[in-house]
Amino acid sequence: MAEPASDPADAARDGAPEVPEIDLPSDTFDAVLDALAERDPGDPLRFEGFSVARADEGDGESAPDEYVLADGDRPSRLSERELHEALDERAPAVTDWYAFERVVGEFGPRRAFLRWLEDADGATVATRYAALAEGVERAWGELRITATVTDRGERRYDVRHADDAGVSVDELDSYDDPLDARELVTFDEKGRYRPLKTAPTLAGGWVFPDLGPRDAYETVETIYPATVANWHREREGELDVTHWRETMERQSGIYGVIKTWDRGEGHEHVNWVAEACCDDSQCLKRREWQYDDETDLDVDGGDGVFPCREPCSVVVSAARKWTRLESEQPRTYEFELTPSEKEQVEEIIDAVADGRIDEIREADTKEGANRYRTRFLRAKLFDDEGNLGGVPTDPDEEDGDDADEDDADEDDEE
Amino acid sequence: MQSLVIVAHGSHLNPGSSAPTYDHADTVRATGAFDEVRTGFWKEEPHFREVLRTVEGDEIYVVPLFVSEGYFTEQVIPRELRLDGWDVSEWDSDGLSADQAALVAEDVDREVHYCGPVGTHRAMTDVIVRRAESVTGDPDVGEGFGLAVVGHGTERNENSAKAIEYHADRIAERDRFDEVKALYMDEEPEVDDLPEFFESDDVVLVPLFIADGYHTQEDIPEDVGLCEDHTEGYDVPTEVDGTRIWYAGAVGTEPLMADVILERAADAGADLGTALDDVRETTRVATGD
Ligand code: SF4
Repeated sequence: MAEPASDPADAARDGAPEVPEIDLPSDTFDAVLDALAERDPGDPLRFEGFSVARADEGDGESAPDEYVLADGDRPSRLSERELHEALDERAPAVTDWYAFERVVGEFGPRRAFLRWLEDADGATVATRYAALAEGVERAWGELRITATVTDRGERRYDVRHADDAGVSVDELDSYDDPLDARELVTFDEKGRYRPLKTAPTLAGGWVFPDLGPRDAYETVETIYPATVANWHREREGELDVTHWRETMERQSGIYGVIKTWDRGEGHEHVNWVAEACCDDSQCLKRREWQYDDETDLDVDGGDGVFPCREPCSVVVSAARKWTRLESEQPRTYEFELTPSEKEQVEEIIDAVADGRIDEIREADTKEGANRYRTRFLRAKLFDDEGNLGGVPTDPDEEDGDDADEDDADEDDEE
Repeated sequence: MQSLVIVAHGSHLNPGSSAPTYDHADTVRATGAFDEVRTGFWKEEPHFREVLRTVEGDEIYVVPLFVSEGYFTEQVIPRELRLDGWDVSEWDSDGLSADQAALVAEDVDREVHYCGPVGTHRAMTDVIVRRAESVTGDPDVGEGFGLAVVGHGTERNENSAKAIEYHADRIAERDRFDEVKALYMDEEPEVDDLPEFFESDDVVLVPLFIADGYHTQEDIPEDVGLCEDHTEGYDVPTEVDGTRIWYAGAVGTEPLMADVILERAADAGADLGTALDDVRETTRVATGD
């Protein structure tokens, strides 16, 4: 029986987790033979800690079914059967090669992501297999991804909401098709539509308990589209960030107006947009875009693992609205409020902005944004037209409430 | 490796907007004609700007799930996909005949086949007819029936009306329905007066829209008089001024739309094997209840 400790790459020391016993699957061995057949004799196929080549008889001819294994000692010449035994002894390194070269494949974002999950570019096969045997966990947005390895050296992945970490699979809704994730991301826990996939409002209660590498990548990409691709570009030093000004100058149609909001009078308005929309409490992407090439915004971009490379469509749509609202001139209004009423208005704004209204208990009248408190304020301060303090919004016009004539256009198709 | 990218509008407000896109993508995926099928959106994610970087293949077909040539297909999508050197003349179209343009997408430095929108493809005519079959539950619907194809008029986009007329004419030529009319939402002949334009007692009303949303669920039903207020809902058929109107909702939700997507890619050179026949068959079964 193959003794894992005989693997020359085995770095398992006292106390470190043990490298699991791996049986070399026959399709993995066949894949090695196929890969060797595609190479010239003498051209080695490299695994961690050793390499294998077809035996070279000189003059480029190969000896049929004869192989040379080199692992730092003197190269040894092996028959196919002996090669099988030798590879079986080194099954972790061979199955690791198979997992990434044959299953995961070349596509940059997928490969980098799956390698990152188990630190394949930092840790040795032995260390990784020992860790995978126990389960390697990674966070991606609100996801918890756990990578494991089977006794055949295949990777398996469990993908679920981080809040469901440790919950048994039986207690969650189980899925195996990555495309099913499209439904899981559509609504938040309260059944509200999520227009921004990276908002921290992903509902839990589900699990993809046993995915292969490609499906694990697809599932993550379905839940957080293009996040892996952008994270990969960033790691390669190739993230193409498009800043605010450039993004808004590119807009046309009903969004063309946004560029007029940038009047060369500073970028405070964009600070406010970023604080409103891009804060980690609202979006898990790490905002990398700034006002322009030379001018950074003054608000924090967040700590997300994946970057945001330009203002998204939700921000662009909101910016259109703000462009119009912010073109209004301030006026002085006079209201009378008690100090507590002023504070209550502030508390109401805070509660809405922080999405806290549902947490405020019905009878908790200590909270300014409590419904009874707020209804009382309205009963006391609004006139019949809904004007605060009886002060009309527009003193010259009867009705200062101008309708939103183009709300349908905003979301219109064509 | 052959890849299909379906690009559509999507919505910040309506959770059902992307559903037809996903459904048709799944139908195409099931044919196995493409090594991968991806979707990208204007208002959802992945955005047009980022969808190509999620694509692995080197043979990329981009099919816009839009009803007509216009602002989105001519300006927004090529710009956001970063199609190098795009100019609408690449399509050499009269407003209906855009087929494809092969251009390098700067984002990924690969060539993509940028196809014309599904709505102007000749195969779309069949989808409108199929939609009429679905909503009446009658695979032979036609005799004794009128058909109204409805869309925006020229006010919004000159080509929008062209697409409506094109399909209405083609259906009329088939002599299947007693009457076929193109009606518009914002110009004459207006859909509001539908019963005036038809002699038939039964009229199928098919809006040329991709997804159900504000126009197809609120605007048209109210304008036509199927209901006072869309929140009340309406029956199919509903009688208005003596005409029974079979309101079909957005044609884009019809499963056979997947066929038009494939046709677009095939016209641009994609190798589809038997996928076209397969889709015509599977979507027929799906609607043949
Ligand atoms: S622009 Fe802001 S809200 Fe939009 S995806 Fe980027 S970080 Fe998130």
